[in-house]
Formats: sequence, C-alpha cells, structure tokens
Amino acid sequence: MTSSHLKSNSLRTGPDLSGHFGPYGGRFVAETLMPLMIELEKAYETAKTDPEFHAELKLHLRDYVGRPSPLWHAKHLSETIGGAQIYLKREDLNHTGSHKLNNVMGQILLARRMGKTRIVAETGAGQHGVATATVCALFGLKCVIYMGATDVERQKPNVFRMHLLGAEVKAVTSGAGTLKDAMNEAMRDWVAHVEDTYFLVGTVAGPHPYPAMVRDFQSVIGTEARQQIQEQTGRLPDGIIAAIGGGSNAMGIFHPFLDDAEVALYGVEAAGLGLESGKLAASISRGRPGVLHGNRTYLLQDQHGQIEEAHSISAGLDYPGIGPEHSWLNDIGRVNYVSATDKEALDAFQILTHKEGIIPALESAHAVAYAQKLAPKMSKDQILIVNISGRGDKDVPTVAAHLGVKL
Amino acid sequence: MSRISACFAALKAQGRGALIPYLEAFDPDYETSKKLLAEMAQNGGDIIEIGVPFSDPAADGPTIQLAAKRALKAGATLSRILDMVADFRRNNDNTPLILMGYLNPIEQFGTERFLEEAAKAGVDGLIIVDLPFEEAKDVRASAKSKGLDLIHLTTPNTPEDRLELTLKEASGFIYYVSITGITGTNSATEEQLRQSMGRLRKVTNLPVITGFGIATPEQARSASHISDGAVVASALIKEMAGTLEDGKATSKTIPTVIQSLKKLAEAVRS
Repeated sequence: MTSSHLKSNSLRTGPDLSGHFGPYGGRFVAETLMPLMIELEKAYETAKTDPEFHAELKLHLRDYVGRPSPLWHAKHLSETIGGAQIYLKREDLNHTGSHKLNNVMGQILLARRMGKTRIVAETGAGQHGVATATVCALFGLKCVIYMGATDVERQKPNVFRMHLLGAEVKAVTSGAGTLKDAMNEAMRDWVAHVEDTYFLVGTVAGPHPYPAMVRDFQSVIGTEARQQIQEQTGRLPDGIIAAIGGGSNAMGIFHPFLDDAEVALYGVEAAGLGLESGKLAASISRGRPGVLHGNRTYLLQDQHGQIEEAHSISAGLDYPGIGPEHSWLNDIGRVNYVSATDKEALDAFQILTHKEGIIPALESAHAVAYAQKLAPKMSKDQILIVNISGRGDKDVPTVAAHLGVKL
Repeated sequence: MSRISACFAALKAQGRGALIPYLEAFDPDYETSKKLLAEMAQNGGDIIEIGVPFSDPAADGPTIQLAAKRALKAGATLSRILDMVADFRRNNDNTPLILMGYLNPIEQFGTERFLEEAAKAGVDGLIIVDLPFEEAKDVRASAKSKGLDLIHLTTPNTPEDRLELTLKEASGFIYYVSITGITGTNSATEEQLRQSMGRLRKVTNLPVITGFGIATPEQARSASHISDGAVVASALIKEMAGTLEDGKATSKTIPTVIQSLKKLAEAVRS
C-alpha cells in the first residue's frame, strides 16, 4: 500500500485528489453512482490508515492466499532463450491460481467494513470471477458474477468452479458478449442495487478510487519481488515484464519500482492476430484517449468514438481499454508498452511449460513472449523479472484447440 | 429568452407540466427518426429528448441499449444527428430539443466543435449521462457561452450537501432520475416523488422534470403534476420496436408511436 515516506517528486503518489493521473482517470459515472463512489473513497481512505485493516489483510494474504509467492530463477528458460537471467514471480501459486485474489481479498475486507452483503463482479477469463466467488464463499456473502456469453462458452471450467462456490453466473449477451459487456452489466446491476451491493472491480480501471485501490492491493507483488530479488542477487533487476489487459498484475509489480529509474518496465499488450490485423487488444499501441467505464484512458474505438471489440487468444486480455495509470506512465515514458501476438504467446506458453514445468496462463505467456525478444539483447549478468500472473489450467482447452489436439 | 425557458413559462401559464417524449436518433433509420421527431412535436411533445447512440450505454436498460445498437447499424453519427436537428428547425422554432448521450462520442468529435455546431443546429440542452458535476466545469462554461444548457441529473440517493453543491450552477431545468436503477425498469411511487420534489424545491428555482420508469399515461400525468414534466422513453421505444420487421420500419411504425404519445399528451393535459 502507499508509503507515507515517498519523495515529493515520486511517481508513486498518484492519483491527485480528484482521482486523475495526469489527464487520465477521474470519475465519469452516472449521478446515481456518484454518492457511492464518494462513500467508497472515504471508506478506503479510512481503511488505509487503520492498522487493524492492514493486520487483517496481511493475515488473510499469508494464511489464505498463500503469500509471499516465490521468485523463481528460471535457469533452463534463461539458457534456452540466452542473454539475461530470467526470474519468475509466481502469482500462479496463489490460491485460485492467479494474482486476482490479492485484490479481491483487499476489497472484500473493505466491503465487509462498509456493511455490504451482496457482491457483484465482472469477469473475462473467469479468474477474477473465481477469486470473487471464492472469497464470498469464505465470508458468506451473496455473489453475482457477470460474464460475457462468449466467455462463458470458452471458459467452461471456470464457470463451473464459480457455480460450485455458490455464485450466480449471469451470461451477458449484449455486444460481443465479452468482458466489456460484462462490465456494463455489472455497473447496471450496481446502479439498481446501490443499498446493499458492493461492486468488486477486478482491474486497475473504472472510476476513482478503483484504479488506485486495486493497484494498492496488487502492489504486494512488486513489494515482495523487490525484496526477493535483492535477497537472491543483491541488487535490483534491470527489467520487469508483465502482461496487460486492464493491467492490474502489471501495475502491481511495477508500482514499487516506479522511482527506480534504473529498472526498465515493460507492459505487454495483446497484439492478437498482429498490430495491423485489426484483431487485437492493444489499447495503447492502437487506441487513443477517451472515456469508458468511468475513466479517461486509452481505448480501442472508431473515428466516431464508438468502442470497438478487442481480440486476444487470452480471454483475460481482450478488453478495449487499459488502466488510466498505465496511460499516464506511457505518456511520460516511464513504462515501455510493447506487444506480443496470439502466436508468440502460444509459443511462449509451450517453452515455459517444457523448460520449467510451469504451465502459465495465456495472459502471462504474453509476458514470457516478450522476454524471448528482450533477453537475447541483454548480457548474462543482467536480470529480468517476468510476472507469471496466473496458471494455465483454464487455458489448456484453448491451447489444445490451437494445436489441433482433440481432448 | 431560451426556448427551454419560454416553454416552461408557457406551460406554467397553462397550469400543467411538460410531456417529454424520447427517441433514439437513427432508430431504426434516419428517415423514420426524422419524421418521428417532427410528428412528436406536433402531437403533444412539449420538449423532445433525442438519444445519441453509444456502443456502451451503461446507465441504460435493454430497451434503449437495443435502440442504440439499431441506430449505430443505421449509420448514426453526431454530425448526422445535428443535420437531423437542423432539418427539424426549418419548420419548428419553438419546441426545445435536448440531446442525451455519453461523453466519448462528443470528445472524439471535439467538445468545443460539438457545442458550437449543436447550438448552431438548434439544440437547446445537453444531458451527458457520464459527466458528473465534478468533471463538467469546462463543458458547462463553454456550453453556457454558446447558449446551451448542460442539464443536471439528480437521483433519490443524492445527499443534501451534494444537491446544494451541484445544483447551484445548473441551468435550463433539473432532470430528476426517479429511481436508483437503469432506464425502463421499475417506477417511483407518487409519495416518493412528492418527497423528492420537496427536497429539490428547497435548493433550486429551476423547473424539475422526472424521468426513468414512466410508462403509462397515468404515471406521466402524476409525474407532470408533481414535478414540472415527465420523460417517457423506454415505453415509446418498446412500442416502436414492436412494429419493426427484420429491424426495419413498417407502415405501422410512426402511427403506433404517435398514437401512444397522444394518449400521454391527453393525460398530462387532464
């Protein structure tokens, strides 16, 4: 969470009081939601300074989520790729199999403090939905998950897991039936049930305070990685790579390093079928600033400001926007936003699986794919950390289909 | 005097509230929508609200969402919607027109350019659903300088201090969203409406109109009596959508909507 001893020119102090990161972020929601946003912001500000809240969160992260997650020196992968030494931050080892649980745990403890009894959430690949359903089961809260009908179809195991956990999964058929449409429906539900419902946003996007709050809860990844790499190698890394959809795992690992100018940061967007194909999810590379889902940020949109459908082999990355802090970090040049295609991610998925015995989520495979491009340009004594944001069990059917294997 | 002020002054003299029908621009096509606009003004619509289609209308219910989808398919863009307004103004210089939409299409068009062209085309007011008071400062000032009212929304859950803060710079009229929910779902009771109006009248002298959840002539009558006007949107769009064949307008499309509108108009005048 945000430290109180930051330098005045720190890149870690954002957003400003009105929720903006430079020109991005803010709070663009219907008036019905404004009182709730203000209430949420106050509740979070209070919780942030309450040692009891931190103690409760710390306990749950350690004993339920399974933190700290290891930092693994992937020697075989490093040898195979050549160049820099690659270390993997193992968020795939968290309970429920991804980084999503860090944020869900934080927000659910907040929702309980606020006296909310019903949780709504949106999910793309299902990882955030599963994490939310899990914690709702743990605390006995009613849970409704909105998921695009297309995603319900292609992520059946996760849908079944959510059902087992007692959540109601609502398939959204509007639009293309993907994450963007699920986000709209979850917001509609929240507007209609403002009294008892908490909207548990799964990424560093949405109206203020969500981008900052989700980042704070995910920053545990970078805080641990910073300490672990120094313990293992005696210094900071030369570079950090993380995949970006909305961008929460990336924001989580980047944030504690933002003021370390010597650490290069790489956010990998999904280039889908290629940056020129029109079938992609790379909002920074191929989008432009606009307003959607409560914040100003880079968006995939047509010339008239209508939002376009995103595409990626990874259901978790195909969102047409990105967190507003990423938009700002792009504009000021602190983070390098690059991309990897579906095909590159598939190759990386197989290499990591073969060489390290770690099956990554297709999201994380995008980060590994960029490591394959970057590491060979670096020397053997340089260090790269790649965030393995989730495990790939959920993606095995997708990968099999692309490899022409019938399960 | 602006068209909006003149309209409410005239209604006050008649001792009744406004009937404000809604249509989604270009739903299901440009020609039908243009005719509907003209006919609505002639058949009891005191003020007309024109929806500007957006791909992701997060505050709207399924009826308006589908209307927006049809409209976008029919080629709706902001500049063509302004053409429609300009065309309407050739024969009607009295009926106030309010554009209701979301911020992103406006920003991509260029906010300044849009405000200028909207005023020139004959638009009187704007409702930008996802632009709350805190983010609206520049747009409000610029709209005002061009003679456009940026209509403010309030809701049942807006706290008193926020009402005072946000309504002090409001102009035109106040749009009271009578339910905490999306368009076209449930409705507020008369008692709830009366209480809310009491709250609102304390902090503003502007006319207050009621929207969201008004479907029947009875509901329109009571809302237009208790407040200064009633918006009917989803109910009319549903009627219209019911006449479409393969998503296209039929000979029944305009007469069906206008017949419903006449009943609503009769009710608010009774």
